[in-house]
Amino acid sequence: MNTGPSETFVRPVEALGRISLDVVESLGRFGLFLGQAAVWTFVPPFKVLQLLQRIHFIGFRSLSVIILTGAFTGMVLGLQVFLTLSRFGSEAFLGPAVALSLIRELGPVLAALMVTGRAGSALTAEIGIMRITEQIDALTVMALNPMRYLIVPVIVAGLITFPLMTAIFDVVGIFGGYLVGVRLLGLSEGTYFGEMQTFVDMADIWVGFWKSLCFGVVVTWVCAYKGYYTGHGAEGVSRATTEAVVLSSVLILVWDYFLGSVLP
Amino acid sequence: MIRVENLHKAFGGQQVLQGLTLEVNTGEIMIVIGRSGGGKSVFLRHLLGLLRPDAGRIWVDGVEITALRGHEMDKVRERYGVVFQGGALFDSLTVFDNVAFPLREKTALAASEIAARVEEKLAQVGLSGAGHKYPDEVSGGMRKRAAIARALVTEPQIVFFDEPTTGLDPVLVNAIHHLILDLHRKFRFTAVMVSHEIPEIFEIAQRVAMLHDGVIVEAGDPQAIQESGNPVVQQFIRGQIEGPIRAI
Ligand SMILES: Nc1ncnc2c1ncn2[C@@H]1O[C@H](COP(=O)(O)OP(=O)(O)OP(=O)(O)O)[C@@H](O)[C@H]1O
Ligand SMILES: [Mg+2]
Repeated sequence: MNTGPSETFVRPVEALGRISLDVVESLGRFGLFLGQAAVWTFVPPFKVLQLLQRIHFIGFRSLSVIILTGAFTGMVLGLQVFLTLSRFGSEAFLGPAVALSLIRELGPVLAALMVTGRAGSALTAEIGIMRITEQIDALTVMALNPMRYLIVPVIVAGLITFPLMTAIFDVVGIFGGYLVGVRLLGLSEGTYFGEMQTFVDMADIWVGFWKSLCFGVVVTWVCAYKGYYTGHGAEGVSRATTEAVVLSSVLILVWDYFLGSVLP
Repeated sequence: MIRVENLHKAFGGQQVLQGLTLEVNTGEIMIVIGRSGGGKSVFLRHLLGLLRPDAGRIWVDGVEITALRGHEMDKVRERYGVVFQGGALFDSLTVFDNVAFPLREKTALAASEIAARVEEKLAQVGLSGAGHKYPDEVSGGMRKRAAIARALVTEPQIVFFDEPTTGLDPVLVNAIHHLILDLHRKFRFTAVMVSHEIPEIFEIAQRVAMLHDGVIVEAGDPQAIQESGNPVVQQFIRGQIEGPIRAI
């Protein structure tokens, strides 16, 4: 085996080149995937039944998790923010503080993370198993575009359900803050909701809305993509599922920061 | 007519197809035989447009499908019926819904008409009464038969079978072969079938082709194949351990 200087120098460079090419290729495939889905979204016939099933799966069946986490997030916020504010004697601002952090940040992010854990992983596994058992190929050879049948309903369902889930999370969270702040710690109800109305703008709600919309696309896109291009066998599916959840969660936080600094 | 010319395909460093050339005439049943792992399924996946060759071309009725993409390839696929090696039934649908699926999606038939056709096909493959079960609730052989029913329910012009009878008991093997022959007599479809059922295949094929080392080493009518002077073919159809094919 030739291990001369040129060889030892070329090998790592070659490996680096191959890795970069792989990364660029999979990034391209990742982007193309969403592009194709976007195109097929607008080409009839629309798969309404599939869409309703996905909305049921991603949205309705995540409701209990959303309500539970929303309530406790609101309660934790109510408690901690109250304790902090009381040091400055400004407990009166508990309402807006809870509402703003929920509506602008925590609602969209936590709801998205919860739905990823509940529905996103299952979605990846489901599509991944369809891939390795040739069900996706079966769709293809029936001249039924798997993008239209499998992927578009998932992404559109994400667009529809994530803002709704976020809204529910926000409302339940604000109520949780009310329970702790007003019922437990003795703040007056009028102050809690009154100050909230004064300080929370429509602009804040829009920020939360845009975020949840983006997360809806990001999560379903990542989870569907990972399932669609899953590796081999059961291990491939389990790896795809893990990767989908990790990547979705990371992208949610990165996007949250990005949107937070771009949106008013 | 399906014409395959000089097909090459490698996975990583592994050469699977190395210049495969074959013609399948319209209306005939062509059976492809060859070693397990020899590339028969890979070859079929090229005909289905699921894999792209490294080199070589495929024509289906004069249309070069290796040059087609998306929508145009789908036009060719409209005429296909496919039985995958593993069945590839949709596991979230019952057997009945699986067979009904292509009719519901591709035709404007009324629900009652679809139900009638599906029941008829299920009866033909001996599955009447099992329609309400899910694929994971039926036996492997029943899954195979359901897949055959699904592939044929649209009365396709070209049918691809990847080992439709492997894993079935001898009575069923015969029944499936007769079913395929019956339907073939009725609908005159072109069939490309991968099968290991020697000697039964010589009864149902118009022509047989042997795939070995990535090429078709011999193709001809059943008689010609059985009397072939090619030692590879002879060893394979006799299942001998000694010969040019390394057993293990
Ligand atoms: N997607 C793929 N990636 C890498 N290698 C593959 C792929 N598909 C098939 N192969 C390889 O190609 C070879 C031929 O596989 P193929 O499935 O066509 O065999 P076969 O002739 O159908 O065998 P059997 O009769 O057992 O079904 C095998 O060695 C297999 O490992
Ligand atoms: Mg095979």
